[in-house]
Amino acid sequence: MRKNQAGMIKISPHTGPALANATLQANLKNTVGKVLHVHQLAVSEVANWQELRCHAEQVKAHTLARLHFYLQELEKQIKGQGGKVVWADNAQDALDFVVELAHQREIRRLVKSKSMLSEEIGLNEALERERIETVETDLGEFIVQLAGEPPFHITAPALHKSRREIAQLFSQKLGMEPSEDVQQITATARTLLREHFLAARLGITGANFAVAETGTIVVVENEGNARLCLSVPETHVVLVGIEKVIPRMADLAVFLKLLTRSATGQRITSYVNLINAGRREREADGPHEFYVVLVDNGRSRLLVDPVMRQTLHCIRCGACLNVCPVYQKIGGHAYQSAYPGPIGAILTPQLTSIESAPEHPFASSLCGACAEVCPVRIPIPHILLRLRAQAQRAKNGKAARVPAEKWAFQLWAWSMSSPTRYSRMEALLRFLQKLFGRDQGLRLPFPPFSQWLRRRELPALAPQSFRQIYRNRKVML
Amino acid sequence: MKVSLFVTCLVDQFFPSVGTSAIRVLEKFGVHVDFDPRQTCCGQPASNSGYSDEARQVGAHYLEVFQDSEYVVVPSGSCCTMVRRYLPELFTEESPEARKARELAARTFELSEFLISVLKVSDTGARFPEIVTYHDSCHLLRELGIYEPPRRLIRSVRDIDFREMANSTRCCGFGGTFSVKFEDVSVALAEDKVRAIQDCGARFVVATDVSCLMHLDGLMRRNHIPVKTIHLAELLAKF
Repeated sequence: MRKNQAGMIKISPHTGPALANATLQANLKNTVGKVLHVHQLAVSEVANWQELRCHAEQVKAHTLARLHFYLQELEKQIKGQGGKVVWADNAQDALDFVVELAHQREIRRLVKSKSMLSEEIGLNEALERERIETVETDLGEFIVQLAGEPPFHITAPALHKSRREIAQLFSQKLGMEPSEDVQQITATARTLLREHFLAARLGITGANFAVAETGTIVVVENEGNARLCLSVPETHVVLVGIEKVIPRMADLAVFLKLLTRSATGQRITSYVNLINAGRREREADGPHEFYVVLVDNGRSRLLVDPVMRQTLHCIRCGACLNVCPVYQKIGGHAYQSAYPGPIGAILTPQLTSIESAPEHPFASSLCGACAEVCPVRIPIPHILLRLRAQAQRAKNGKAARVPAEKWAFQLWAWSMSSPTRYSRMEALLRFLQKLFGRDQGLRLPFPPFSQWLRRRELPALAPQSFRQIYRNRKVML
Repeated sequence: MKVSLFVTCLVDQFFPSVGTSAIRVLEKFGVHVDFDPRQTCCGQPASNSGYSDEARQVGAHYLEVFQDSEYVVVPSGSCCTMVRRYLPELFTEESPEARKARELAARTFELSEFLISVLKVSDTGARFPEIVTYHDSCHLLRELGIYEPPRRLIRSVRDIDFREMANSTRCCGFGGTFSVKFEDVSVALAEDKVRAIQDCGARFVVATDVSCLMHLDGLMRRNHIPVKTIHLAELLAKF
């Protein structure tokens, strides 16, 4: 049972505002275009890219099939090095742990680097309710936090904001001199964040990978903010989804190569932090206390089915968002979930329930660009189809999401499974065309045709169907 | 060589000239083409909308009609994908239907693929003195991995001015019921596609799927854009 309230709320993709926002459309086109370009360059450099993808897929499949073993190994290693491991069944467990820890240590303000898991469990909101301030230290996260928005993208949270918008935001909220100079914008954030880093007693980070063999937590980043979060404060808490475990250090080489090139088009990120528990004797820095919170929050449910399980292969690179034509149009906020885009469309309904996000699997044209680019080869369109079938069966087996649609498909299947009935349908359609038709095509004034006809024409039925022509094929050829 | 033509329901009802053109092209190269009038649809609309029972019902009928065919040729990348990749998955793995579907999948080809890979034909002798661009259908490209065959066939058409549009592999936004469920996004994607077509100066856009073409044509006609759609089979039959 899921204790998190998010599961009770029904969400559906909200496309209108994004499509109507001209600035957003321009920003999206511009930024996503650049990201796609560097991604393509970075991938084309690697001769064995396809082999690496297959390798990573196999490592993930192997690990998830033995997840309990690798998680126990990870725990053993971390504990052996003096770290502490906390198991969180659900979001609430994880939140309770962090809140309690902060209260015990009398911490009113903490620093945090980027973590999608923290968005998933609603960490900042939970801390805010307890009057504990969270300072987002990743520049993109810092920007969206300042704007009071959720991240727009898995790896580029402020992708939707232009330089001008960020400059305006900084001058409004931080009193920065009006300027669109990137140096000045980053310097403003840097000065402010530096003070927070030095004063913070608790740092929270996510993790890109957790190596079972060595108990190593891996955090990749470009700004050095994660390194400060995990080395300056006396306590470091790592939030990690249980699917992030990989067996050996040797596997990390493959995953790092796939991750950074897929995410930002970089050969390697500026910082790759490999953390083995906290400060040891005679070490000059590092936290005195080191906690790894292993969060399930619905993940283990996905292990049951080998097809759906592949959703957990995801390394959160965000490449599927960049190539997705739907994401390119509606952006991240439209999905109303921590995880947007194609991966969000399959992850959100599975981590919560299909009843709470029944429309997400339908927000895709099934073009397959996501599966093609995915560095760990998640068959996203196949999983979307499975989820669509689940959505139609949902509600305790009660009919479909839209009863009329279900009846229409039943009628359709009935006519399409017999040549005689098909012929009758053919005749009926031609009758309807006479009734509602115009020269330019069918004009049926009811759904789904009316939705189509809002901004497009439908073709006209041919005067004679192919089969009618074929019956008289001597005339034809 | 004997080939069963699966024209697809859309071609049958809306675009019969795609079917007649496919026959013309295939027969030119000595293929005996058979059209079984019991055929209806492959079940894709239901399968893509999550109605597995309904898709299975139609898929079973499809199997019955085509199970004895030597080759099945389909003038659609999308319907061909349904038959090759999704039809076998509709049935329990060990069932006789699943076995039949897997065997049939191996004998099913999209038209351009069949011409290039099986018949080894890259020039149908067609002539078309127009500026033409090609839109990649998502399923043909990414599910079946077919990029070059339609292009080779188009390039060999006499007097044709073939131009690649920007982002030819990007979805046109049709996506079956997606086109009405997310009508606004669907149209926005079609608008991008139409702009790319116009920008390359083409007067005709050719594709292997009437579904994409119907979508683009629907938007272009509504907006009085003077670009015409033409299915690959129709282009190749211009001899």
